[in-house]
Amino acid sequence: MREVYLDYSATTPTKDEVINEMLPYYKEAFGNPSSLYGPGLRAKEGLTNARQQVADLIGADPKEVFFTSCGTEADNWVLEGVADAMKEKGNHIITTAIEHHAILHTCMYLKKYHGIDVTFLDVDEEGFVNPEDLKAAITDKTILVSIMMINNEIGTVEPIKELAKIAKERGVLFHTDAVQALGNMPIDVKDLDVDFLSMSAHKIYGPKGIGALYKRKGINLPSFVHGGAQENRKRAGTENTAGIVGFGKAAELARINLDEHIKHSKELRQYMWDLINEKIDKVRLNGPKDFDKRHPGNLNVSFSYIEGESILLLLDAAGVSVSTGSACSSGSLDISHVLASTRVPMEVINGTVRFTVGDFTTKEDIDYAVDALSKVVDTLRKVSPVTGKEGW
Amino acid sequence: MGLYNDKVMDHFMNPHNVGEIENPSGKGIYGSPVCGDMMQVTIDVDDKDVITDAKFKTYGCGSAIASSSMATDMIIGMTVDEALEVSNKKIVEELGGLPAIKIHCSVLAEHAIKNAIWDYAEKSGKHYKGLEGYNPTEDADEDDHHDIPEED
Repeated sequence: MREVYLDYSATTPTKDEVINEMLPYYKEAFGNPSSLYGPGLRAKEGLTNARQQVADLIGADPKEVFFTSCGTEADNWVLEGVADAMKEKGNHIITTAIEHHAILHTCMYLKKYHGIDVTFLDVDEEGFVNPEDLKAAITDKTILVSIMMINNEIGTVEPIKELAKIAKERGVLFHTDAVQALGNMPIDVKDLDVDFLSMSAHKIYGPKGIGALYKRKGINLPSFVHGGAQENRKRAGTENTAGIVGFGKAAELARINLDEHIKHSKELRQYMWDLINEKIDKVRLNGPKDFDKRHPGNLNVSFSYIEGESILLLLDAAGVSVSTGSACSSGSLDISHVLASTRVPMEVINGTVRFTVGDFTTKEDIDYAVDALSKVVDTLRKVSPVTGKEGW
Repeated sequence: MGLYNDKVMDHFMNPHNVGEIENPSGKGIYGSPVCGDMMQVTIDVDDKDVITDAKFKTYGCGSAIASSSMATDMIIGMTVDEALEVSNKKIVEELGGLPAIKIHCSVLAEHAIKNAIWDYAEKSGKHYKGLEGYNPTEDADEDDHHDIPEED
């Protein structure tokens, strides 16, 4: 059976070039980078090189890049670290209602255990934050603004440069979770003028278990994981050298291939959307209608009268991997907070599927997937008692 | 193994008794797409009070469709009184179990069947012990649904 992976926003396959670069760090360069002899020094060299590669992808200085275990850790570190370091100044954090759980749940934690006030900015129906809302929300007590660069579900590209400028004018630190944006749009931290930026390797064809935080030079952020002197005394623990080296290689490839990757993703995404419209009726696109303002590979589509998890399961049986915003999606009964925040009606949210294409997706994959999808939708609509006449 | 066992997957992938009986003895609907699942059941009942046929249409996840398929299988051939004894627990047992967070999906089938029998009882003027105190218009859904634990 053909296998078609259309969930590149969940994770990406690790590229061969990346794996080949990593392997020596499990073998001849296995040493602890803190050790002062051959194998340790070779490992250390790998870290130095990787830090440069990641810095180059975002226009940073390597001294501003700190490796973490994942994007979530980077998000946790910034929020908790700023809350601690700035407690003399204030206790107010501003974020949005559509952030990843790594931000939302950390905010809830800070609220509950550290007395932090959190403002969750509303977004419009396409998921955009209104800069005027940010202006209005900043108070004398605001210590941090954290807004994602690209939303993981509906692909909205937020106006980060404009938002960061507003924060800066009011003397407030600005963080952006760029996990979905990295490698999917040009990022220049100096041009954006952000203070912190979170990244993850496995979304850009690198390994899982490694992420990084960009921290602008000169900004005080207390250590999050305490112990040894790794990561310039900011993040203790023996480095995941192979992971870091893999992240570095993936970042280098992402930088070199950026234009081609974006072009390829956009073409296939457009092709898929056109094909879905041609073959299936009663579909709705969630997120920005202007495809230039969304993640290049993202489609978020609701299918009337049927439910997302059953679409996912039948597609899986046909070899097609996707994800869903439905309440009944595996593992949780929580509906998509992103779709709810963009005022998508509940019955529509429950019939939502996210598709993301990437570097290994081909036109034939899309043909196969949409063919399978149209059969699945047809089958489930025949089983469904909902016809739209009831107002759903 | 995936989220569901093989039996559940089989009932989901190849559901039994899909459809709608024309001029049924009774028809019941439960849930709505807003809640995430909805089931319609139509039944035929003969003069010996035996359910001779049952068909369903369901909007919902894998376990909702599988429970609908299994539940309609179970009630065909039963008397109305026996069918009123079919609880969601029995449906889940017959399916060989469902993930804990999916148990509520089987409640859908129990309620939809009850509603179909209630409709039959109304039309035929019959009285069943299993329907005493039962009100199909009451939203009994609250307890079955979406008990999301609070985040810390």
